[in-house]
Amino acid sequence: MTSARTVLGPDEIARALTRIAHEILEANHGPDGLVLLGIPTRGAYLAQRLADRLAEITGDDFSGRVGALDVTMHRDDLRATPTRASHPTRIPAAGIDDRVVVLVDDVLYSGRTIRAALDALADLGRPRAVRLAVLVDRGHRELPIRADSVGKNLPSARSEHVSILLDEVDGRDAVTIEGGAA
Amino acid sequence: MKHLLTAAMPRDEAVALLDLAEDMHQIQDREVKKLPALRGRTVVNLFFEDSTRTRSSFEIAGKWLSADVINVSGKGSSVSKGESLRDTGLTIAAMGVDGVVVRSGSSGAPTQLADWIGRPVVNAGDGTHEHPTQALLDAFALRRRIHGGAVRGRGLDGVRIAIVGDIAHSRVARSNALLLPALGAEVTVVGPPSLLPVAAADGTRLGVRAETSLDRVIAERPDALMLLRVQLERQAGRVAPSAGEYITGWSLTDERLARLGDAHIMHPGPMNRGLELSSRAADSDASTILEQVTAGVSVRMAVLYSLLASDHPSAVDGGTR
Repeated sequence: MTSARTVLGPDEIARALTRIAHEILEANHGPDGLVLLGIPTRGAYLAQRLADRLAEITGDDFSGRVGALDVTMHRDDLRATPTRASHPTRIPAAGIDDRVVVLVDDVLYSGRTIRAALDALADLGRPRAVRLAVLVDRGHRELPIRADSVGKNLPSARSEHVSILLDEVDGRDAVTIEGGAA
Repeated sequence: MKHLLTAAMPRDEAVALLDLAEDMHQIQDREVKKLPALRGRTVVNLFFEDSTRTRSSFEIAGKWLSADVINVSGKGSSVSKGESLRDTGLTIAAMGVDGVVVRSGSSGAPTQLADWIGRPVVNAGDGTHEHPTQALLDAFALRRRIHGGAVRGRGLDGVRIAIVGDIAHSRVARSNALLLPALGAEVTVVGPPSLLPVAAADGTRLGVRAETSLDRVIAERPDALMLLRVQLERQAGRVAPSAGEYITGWSLTDERLARLGDAHIMHPGPMNRGLELSSRAADSDASTILEQVTAGVSVRMAVLYSLLASDHPSAVDGGTR
């Protein structure tokens, strides 16, 4: 039994999200047209936190500009894994057509979840641009996908397990890593 | 879940299926009504009995999930040439289909077929036995009416539902009498004495409370009234009330509607206006009849996804991953 090592604590996660919020605004030259869509479960909470920060920074109301995008039905590993439960998709009432959609997820790994998200988005409308913000990039990409904003680059072995804990679901904020070559 | 043969299932499993159906339901609001989850899968609708709504509902559900759906009806197929259910099933399985949705006049046929063909089987109604997707869609539509927007993870706790009609011969009643109490509902079956099933030692019928007077049940102010179709084609040779007697005793007439309060009015369709319920009842705001039809597609999408998406299916646990 290996013990989990904490890589990011609550303060570091908070700072990373604040920085990502600024990066999103910088790349977009302001808040116009931004829509944040988190990938459930934890990406959806992160999207909400980013929206709160964007609202703080800009003074704009972001409540109608954040949602959740479930990608379960678009995954390419449905056959190989046990039946996956789905999650609700919540798209802001104004839609995503001609918006700059920022996809938000907790961990970027193979890139397959984001590939599924891009497919799911295409069925919902045609954004002007799609960006990607993740809390942790642990490498090992299997598709040509990269993030525009990364909270922490975390080089890891495939045998290691990276966990994102969020207060909303787990009761505390932390990024931990465990296992790997003993 | 390997097959869906019965509506008897643990509460967790039923709630997880209904939650999955909620996610599927979102596709109704979308321009592109297509999800790729069952791409490359083939589903056969094997219908030995006439059915329009159940068959087309399964067909739409399969197509919206990108499965290839083929309809085989009993009439005009090799079944009418004397082929046995087993041979028909094995033939279809040998064509490489991934799942079979079966409707049959023979109670137990889907269970037999599931044993024989080694593919996921969905019971789309078998004789006087069960119609599990109907019970699931009834629960889905009612859960939405009762809980509004906050339905996920919830059952039908304390909801009082009366099922009215030919209880003894109704597969809809049987499946609902299994599913709804598992979700916490209090179910009463109501009908003419000759159309109630045999009572158990504790006086229950189908495991739930039975009543013969609709007026007594209405006086109790139920939360929902589910009216079963009077199945004229099944009445031959049975001791059953005449249409007039039925209306007098068990129809939701305008007069009874006035005493019903704000109970939800459900009907699995196709309905006989003026017989099971009045037109005013059918078209009132309390009627969930069209919502039930819409729910049918979402629930069947959830069922097909649960059975066919994974090569290693497990019950959808409602957990995160």
